Amino acid sequence: MTAVVLEGVSKVFNAGRAGEVTALTGVDLTVASGEFVSLIGPSGCGKSTLLRLVGDLIQPSAGTVTVAGKPARTARADQEYGIAFQQAGLFDWRTVQRNVELPLELRGASRKERAERAREMLELVGLAEFAGHYPAQLSGGMQQRVAIARALAVHPPLLLMDEPFGALDEMTRERLQDELLRICASTGTSTIFVTHSIPEAVYLSDRVVVMSARPGRITDVVPIDLGERGETTRQSPGFFTGITKVRKALRGDAMPLVSA
Amino acid sequence: MNRRGRLVLGVLGAAVVGVLLWEGYKAVGDPDGTVLFGTRVLPRTDDAAMPHVWTILSRFGEPELAGGHPIWLVVLQACLFTLRSVAIGFVAGGLVGLLLAVLMQRLRVVERGLLPYVILSQTVPLIALAPVIAGWGGRLSIGTYPWQPWMSVTVIAMYLAFFPVAVGMLRGLQSPAPIAEELMRSYAAGWWQTLVKLRLPASTPYLFPALRLAAAAAVVGAVVGEISMGTRGGVGRLVIEYSREATTDPAKVFTAMIGAAALGLAVAGVVGLSEFLVGRRRVRA
Repeated sequence: MTAVVLEGVSKVFNAGRAGEVTALTGVDLTVASGEFVSLIGPSGCGKSTLLRLVGDLIQPSAGTVTVAGKPARTARADQEYGIAFQQAGLFDWRTVQRNVELPLELRGASRKERAERAREMLELVGLAEFAGHYPAQLSGGMQQRVAIARALAVHPPLLLMDEPFGALDEMTRERLQDELLRICASTGTSTIFVTHSIPEAVYLSDRVVVMSARPGRITDVVPIDLGERGETTRQSPGFFTGITKVRKALRGDAMPLVSA
Repeated sequence: MNRRGRLVLGVLGAAVVGVLLWEGYKAVGDPDGTVLFGTRVLPRTDDAAMPHVWTILSRFGEPELAGGHPIWLVVLQACLFTLRSVAIGFVAGGLVGLLLAVLMQRLRVVERGLLPYVILSQTVPLIALAPVIAGWGGRLSIGTYPWQPWMSVTVIAMYLAFFPVAVGMLRGLQSPAPIAEELMRSYAAGWWQTLVKLRLPASTPYLFPALRLAAAAAVVGAVVGEISMGTRGGVGRLVIEYSREATTDPAKVFTAMIGAAALGLAVAGVVGLSEFLVGRRRVRA
C-alpha cells in the first residue's frame, strides 16, 4: 500500500500571464505507507508547493496526485491527512483542547468522542495538563506540539509538515524531532516533511528528496538507513555520511561518495 | 489601585477639569469673547452665552415651564424616547453592516462594487437626507399601522450605524492568516463552517471598536435627525425648543445638551459592558 503517488506533476502559477512561474516540473514521487520522507532544497525549489499539491490546497497544472489510493481532492474531503505549518496557527480564542478538537468538530464527531480523542492526542504530545490553557499562555515549542496533536486528531494515515520546527530553538527542535519520530512510529503514520535543515532531514527520514530551483524539480533521492534513532544517532558515522550525501546532492555534485 | 478605581477616578477627574476650564475661562475671558484677526475664536463669557455650571445644574431641578414637570424629568423622558430610535437603529444598522461585510468578504466582486457606495453613503450630508427620509416615511405604513415620525429617526440612526460595522467587520473577516484558511481548507470545511469557526471568532477584536463607533453614530444620527425633522418627544426637539429661549433662559438649552451627551455615554457604556462580558471569557495573556 502506498500513501502518496505523484505522477508527472507540474505546477505553473499565473499561467499565460506576465508573472508566469514554473514552480514544479515533472515530479514523480511515491511515498510508501509508514514511510518518512523529507523534502529539502533551496528557497523557491517548490517544496512547499509540492506539499500543498499533495494536500489538494492547490491543484496541479499537469499530472496526477493520489493520496491513500484516491484522487487528492477526495482524500482531502475524507480528511486522509493532517497538516502542520511553520507557525502553529492555533486559534487563540480556543483552549488547547478545543484547538485539537477542531478537525473532529468539522467532521461531526460527538462531544464525548472529541474530548476523548483530544485527551489522547494531548497525552501523546505530553501536554495533557495544558488542555484548559489558551495558546497565548504556551511557549512556541508547546504551541507547535499542540499543532501536531491537532494534525493527528483524526488519526490520518498521512501527515504533511511544512517546516514545523523552523521557528524553534535548537534544543526544542531536537526534542520535538524525537517526539515526532516516536509518534509516527507508534501510529504508523506516513509523513512528508519539508525542511531546509540537512541534519533534520537526515535524522528524521527514511528517504530525503533533494530538490532544486528554477524550475522546481526533484534532482535526487537519498535513502537514509540509520535504524532505530537513539541518543547516539546524532554522533554516529552513518548520520554524518547521510549529511554529506545530502549536501553533495544539494550542490549538484555528481562525484561518487567514496572519493569524499 | 485596581482598574475600576482608576476608571472612576479618571471619569471624575475629567469632569472636574472640564468644570474648571469652563469656569476658569468664564472668570478671566473677555465678556465679548476673544477676537483674533477679526474672527471670534473663543465665545463670549457673559451669563447668556456661558451660564455658570451651578446655574445649569440647578436648572435641572426647576420646572420646565411655570408649574410644569421639573426639567430633569422632561429631559430624561425625551432621552428615553430618543433611546428607542437609537437602540433599534443601532441593532438594525449593526445587522445590516454585518450582512454587508459577510457579503463583501464572500464575493470579491461585491466588495469592489459595493464598498465605494458604502463610503459614499456617509458623505451625503445628514441634514439633506433627513427631510427626504421623513418624506418617504410619510407615504409608508406597516400594514395598517401608519409610519411614525420616530421611525424616520430610527432609519437615520441605522443609516449612520451600519457604516463602521460594515467596514470594521470586513477587515475582521479578512483578518485570519492564510495558514488558518489553508487549515480550514485541509479539513474540507465549507464556506459557512469557515465563517462560523474561523472568520467570525477572529473578527471580535474588530467588532467591538466598530460597535462603539456605531453606537456613537446612532446617537448622533437620532439627535440630528430629530433636530432637522423636529420630531416631537425626542431630546433633539428639546435642543431646538430650548435654544429658542436662550436669551431669557440660557441655562435651559445646556440641560438638553447634557441630556443628549448622557444618552451617548449610556449607549457607549452598554457596548463597553458587553465587550467586558465577552472579553472576560477569553484569557488575556
